[in-house]
Amino acid sequence: MIRATGLVKRYKNTVALQGLDLVVPEGKVLGLLGPNGAGKTTAVRILATLLAADEGSAVVAGVDVKADPMGVRAKIGLSGQYAAVDEHLTGYENLEMVGRLYGMGKSASAARARQLLERFDLADAADRPSKTYSGGMRRRLDLAGALVAEPPVLILDEPTTGLDPRSRQQMWTVIRDLVSDGATLLLTTQYLEEADLLADDIVVIDHGRAIARGTADQLKAQVGGERIEVVVADATRVDDAARALGTVAQGEVQSDVSRRSVTAAVEGDGAGRLMQVLQNLRDAQIEVLDVGLRRPTLDDVFLTLTGRTAESDQSAENEKEEVPA
Amino acid sequence: MTATKLSPMRVASDGWVVAKRNVIKIKRVPEILVFVLISPIMFVLLFAYVFGGAIDAGAGLDYKEFLVGGIFAQTVVFGATFTGAGLAEDMQKGIIDRFRSLPMARSAVLIGRTTSDIVYNVLSLIIMALTGLVVGWRAREGLFDMLAGFALLLLFAYAISWVMGYVGLLVPSPEVINNASFIVIMPLTFVSNAFVPLESFPSGLRQFVEWNPVSAVTQAVRELFGNTSDAVPVPDVWSMQNPVLYTLIWVVIILVIFVPLSVRQYRIASSR
Repeated sequence: MIRATGLVKRYKNTVALQGLDLVVPEGKVLGLLGPNGAGKTTAVRILATLLAADEGSAVVAGVDVKADPMGVRAKIGLSGQYAAVDEHLTGYENLEMVGRLYGMGKSASAARARQLLERFDLADAADRPSKTYSGGMRRRLDLAGALVAEPPVLILDEPTTGLDPRSRQQMWTVIRDLVSDGATLLLTTQYLEEADLLADDIVVIDHGRAIARGTADQLKAQVGGERIEVVVADATRVDDAARALGTVAQGEVQSDVSRRSVTAAVEGDGAGRLMQVLQNLRDAQIEVLDVGLRRPTLDDVFLTLTGRTAESDQSAENEKEEVPA
Repeated sequence: MTATKLSPMRVASDGWVVAKRNVIKIKRVPEILVFVLISPIMFVLLFAYVFGGAIDAGAGLDYKEFLVGGIFAQTVVFGATFTGAGLAEDMQKGIIDRFRSLPMARSAVLIGRTTSDIVYNVLSLIIMALTGLVVGWRAREGLFDMLAGFALLLLFAYAISWVMGYVGLLVPSPEVINNASFIVIMPLTFVSNAFVPLESFPSGLRQFVEWNPVSAVTQAVRELFGNTSDAVPVPDVWSMQNPVLYTLIWVVIILVIFVPLSVRQYRIASSR
């Protein structure tokens, strides 16, 4: 449904995309995963005809984006990182307007607007100006806007960035419903967890090119499963802690002396491994400040694939299962 | 592969949908209107009572009567800034991305904006006419001529809207638009016969005034409202002898140039 080949986009001082290939088969979900500035939004804007590529070609729903952008627009629904709703219009007015601009008739637009507001839990707020909406409600309204004409292809650009955890959960539920209804979806995200949850295939991009692709499981196998992170009290004992962790962990142990922390991937029973590590640390008489078991984050993917961190603020994403030391 | 094209009907209907959206905004945020509508009232009162005594419109003609036609013309030109500001603001909003991802006419955002600003111009003309009535202005040539005068003002306003709309698409942010439009609007309105009689300009400047479209609109509405006097002869240049026709020619010229120019600029500005 979406096929992009060799997309290149240059700006004055930077190259946003340097030969990106993407394929999204019909009824599948592709997660485009990468940190801020990796080129995700540029790719989305090219596929949604908002931006022309300098090189390369893309076909969306059988229509070439360069030759017939209007034809592409009739077949896509786009929901962006910044909710594209008119704040002075009510939720209903926003959706009705979008319907009319897709070329739908008056009564069809009105009926569809009401139906979508109902579906996205916005019926109570339907006749209030959207500037009174919460961030999560605005995003849902924006997503509803993308669905007005029931387009065969959906493009969602970071649909949950900046949302609080509860709104994020709601958004995931909505998107999962769409996916089970058979939508073809291109989704960009900074969150590995999100891609894992929603996407059939994941393409990891960095500096405008794909650095890894595969299913969530394949990627995780590359990165390793859960990780154990230990922070010790005494900086001189970081190396000892690394040894204590190394006997249990499968992956390479990464030490950070300045943060007095050591991290490594473990396989299998994470909680059991964690107990073992704690035992080792006690035997070695190393004082532990903090210890945790967490799922791999985008940072881990990046660290493994590129040897450096994603440089994006992922701290909120490190879901630690705190264990008293 | 052939590109999908939209019919003229779709272009008009998309423009209408966007215009409706803008009118809803006027309804929701009436404060915007209040401030924009107060300035023409201030102009009428200031010029009528502060300069009224100092400026001689010519024998047998009350300056206030002379003034109101000029203020009408000046206000619709100033009002076009509203179009520029509205578009500049739109371009910064996320809604533009929605518009651009929809299979709608590219020109609809511009057509919608200039069309909804007619509503604003109608309102401001009504307020000004009422203020004019209070200070002693009258339309003396009958209903038909009066309506023709207002229609001509609205037509001219519509054309100028496209000019300021273009400026609105050029500027990087809405805050710049007022200063940017000032450069165009001040000389256009003040170096005209809107506030002082044409004869008072020195040669050189005077030729500019004679052919300035704002002078033509002003002269045209003065004639249609019957605010002229035999004591003030109309200068013997074609533009002033045929002010209605000359104004209409300007309307056509402006639209022919600025409609395609603005649509092109919209494409450039929105794909940044």
